Amino acid sequence: MAIWRSVPFIAAALVLAPVGVIVSAFFAPASDVWQHLLETTLPQLLINTFWLALGVVSGTALLGISLAWLTAVYDFTGRRFFSWALLLPMAMPAYVTAFVALGLFDFTGPVQTVLRAWLDSDLSWFPDIRGRAGVIVVMTLAFYPYVYLLARNAFLSQGKRSLEVAQSLGFNRKQGFFKVVLPMSRPWIAGGMMLVLMETLADFGTVAVFNYNTFTTAIYKAWFSMFSLPAASQLASLLILIIFVVIVLEQQFRLRMRYAESKRTERAQRIRLTGWSNWLVAGFVLSVLFLAFLLPVLQLCQWAMRSFTQDYDVARYLEFLWHSLSLSGLAALLICLVVIAMVYAARRYPSAATRYAIRIATIGYALPGTVLAIGVYVPLVWLDGRFSEWMMNWLQIETGQLIQGTLMIMLIAYLIRFMAVSHYPIDGAMQRITPNIDEAAMSFGLHGWAMIRKVHIPILKPGIFTAATLVFVDVMKEMPITLMTRPFGWDTLAVRIYEMTSEGQWEQAALPAVTLVLAGLIPIFLFMRQTEK
Amino acid sequence: MLKSNVSRLYLAVFFLFSSLIAPLAHAEEVVVYSARIEQLIKPMFDAFTKETGIKVKYTTDNEGALLARLEAEGKNTPADLLITSDVGNLWAAARAGLLKPVQSNALEANIPAHLRDPQQEWFGLSIRARTLIYNTKKVKPSELSTYEDLADPKWNKRLCLRTSKKVYNQSLVAMMIAEHGEAETEKIVKGWVANLATDPLSDDTRALEFVAAGKCDVTVVNTYYYGRLMKKDPNLPLAIFWPNQNDGGVHVNISGAGVTRHGRNTQAAIKLLEFLSSDKAQNLFADVNMEYPVNPKIAADPFVAAWGSFKQNPMNLVKAGELQTTAVKLMDRAGYQ
Repeated sequence: MAIWRSVPFIAAALVLAPVGVIVSAFFAPASDVWQHLLETTLPQLLINTFWLALGVVSGTALLGISLAWLTAVYDFTGRRFFSWALLLPMAMPAYVTAFVALGLFDFTGPVQTVLRAWLDSDLSWFPDIRGRAGVIVVMTLAFYPYVYLLARNAFLSQGKRSLEVAQSLGFNRKQGFFKVVLPMSRPWIAGGMMLVLMETLADFGTVAVFNYNTFTTAIYKAWFSMFSLPAASQLASLLILIIFVVIVLEQQFRLRMRYAESKRTERAQRIRLTGWSNWLVAGFVLSVLFLAFLLPVLQLCQWAMRSFTQDYDVARYLEFLWHSLSLSGLAALLICLVVIAMVYAARRYPSAATRYAIRIATIGYALPGTVLAIGVYVPLVWLDGRFSEWMMNWLQIETGQLIQGTLMIMLIAYLIRFMAVSHYPIDGAMQRITPNIDEAAMSFGLHGWAMIRKVHIPILKPGIFTAATLVFVDVMKEMPITLMTRPFGWDTLAVRIYEMTSEGQWEQAALPAVTLVLAGLIPIFLFMRQTEK
Repeated sequence: MLKSNVSRLYLAVFFLFSSLIAPLAHAEEVVVYSARIEQLIKPMFDAFTKETGIKVKYTTDNEGALLARLEAEGKNTPADLLITSDVGNLWAAARAGLLKPVQSNALEANIPAHLRDPQQEWFGLSIRARTLIYNTKKVKPSELSTYEDLADPKWNKRLCLRTSKKVYNQSLVAMMIAEHGEAETEKIVKGWVANLATDPLSDDTRALEFVAAGKCDVTVVNTYYYGRLMKKDPNLPLAIFWPNQNDGGVHVNISGAGVTRHGRNTQAAIKLLEFLSSDKAQNLFADVNMEYPVNPKIAADPFVAAWGSFKQNPMNLVKAGELQTTAVKLMDRAGYQ
């Protein structure tokens, strides 16, 4: 079917439109700005960005993989609770975690204030939380759930069995993990790390709280402070190029491998931890959860209580909530459907062109939010204008703008941004469906839809649920696209947070932030009910 | 039971999809793109609708995005009025051809000349004064004098500043360039950087908290941040100082607006603009955020007025826009992060 086949190309074209808008200003002269950047801030920006990306990606990998392994293979006190609770930080926008972290641990925060009073010292030895290490720690705590979720998915679908096979081959548990399980989980873990890398490079809100200058802050500065679109465009093009190289390298790696699923029905018993190792593991997991979620939420709740009376209006908050939930739900549905179609197309018609189209389609996640929002908005609005002109000139029908100011334009923009988030988990799941499985199914007389329904869907299900959960929560937190494309009156919780934080009223932002976190629990609960049986 | 749930679901889905289709135009209304947040504009819009019957539709976003949006929408834009919370972006909007000149006696009478565009494309609606705040336990007011003096080595390790990425600081430095020239201003900014007690902070409130906690002795912020903090905790050891009273005057910025070039309800937009500058709305507009009215006939909120009166810099704010890029580059060179 030609339609199947064209899905990756349509998706790639959608993403290329905003990329084209951004790159199109590339050749306009902006030499004075470049000269200026080279002489002043650029070298430091590159160093900052490099260390931030390296630190956050390795930090989330370490944390995500170890937590996933512990909760997937072992049994320890509170394991059932932790395995879903560890996803909760996902519902927490990273810049909120950042703000709370600074509020608590910076010079003016309670921790340093109390220590200064107790020790009667100026605390000059206290680590500077606003430095590089601080940003890396906060972003690691905010982004590790991407790796955790995908790695856990991989371990649950093969981990324990592979470990047993490895042990039967004479490896000990540690060797089995590093030589068999980890390599077998590569597409998932690499996918999670790619998402973290993209999110780190695209981030503006978190680094702004720390006043930590990165490549993205330079793009914003060139565009919005120096009013130089060409310089911003050139910087952004460079960012796109870097991401694309990383994506292609990752794909080249992956092409050489095949991944199969072992039968899930034979999932083996968890290993029960006892004694001190039990408490050590439980303590470690609890402290991650505490720092990444409980502490920020407690602080937010305290602030929310204070601003509660001024801001709380049940009817409006229900409206924000409904807008946030319905938008995220619609977007998750749309994006997952498109990505499933895309992944199937790649499977049925494998070719280099299809593979590259898919890679391009996933690049939207790496672009800084406002830059992408503008990049998406420009061509869509242009097309809309041309279309209504055409209708007017040729058919004498006044259509007005058809998609400008509607939810349609929002959903298309979300699709462009979040395809990557949904692609990695679904693609990972698809890798589990080997040709052997198809052959076996066919030998039982299953073809076409019947095969998809009876054989593929059950295998894909965890991947699809992972994807839907991630997209849902990500859309709910998303700010620049939501702000720019929402129809009049369609304010969401994220919009409310923006309204408060843009004038520096962080404490007032606590109420919508807490509501957002609570709303984020819904997909996470649904997800857990599906996967944790 | 189940059936009613299902029909409720259908209803919800119907509503959702009905908003997928473009909304129909209304009779008398004005559409506003605002970088000033909802809480700071809605009360005035409500008052305007009550008086004139004209409906106000608005959307909020940050300045850069709104400008890009207006540019992308071109002559199909639904927006009639652009509101920002600083002058630099109004200047940029005017330069990009997104605004159109407005001839209005009411606006000229209500708004002092230095707070509106010489080409009449944008108008200030409230004053945001950027002044010095010091720690009362560590600084005597007699030690303070001007913005420029903060570059003096006597303030070594005693100064806190907000990041140079914030437009308020860019406007301040741009106005200093207009006054002193680039070379002199660069020397001053370098002096500031050398005197910093800690790396530049992400917002004004943070800077105030650092002064209150004793990490540094003095900082430069917009007054309403100080007002908010003092309302919450009147016992903080912070006080206001009006700098440059014997020369240029206190640096002011504006929250202001301009009528869009391609808007369809230009008359209604001008009416709204005039209303916002009038006696009826000026107090509302400034007081919701503890700012100063632009209309000199209108007194500030008593809480704000208690901080004393001051001489403001009379130079036209158009300079802040024209020299913004120069200011950003200068701060980069001076190592002001």
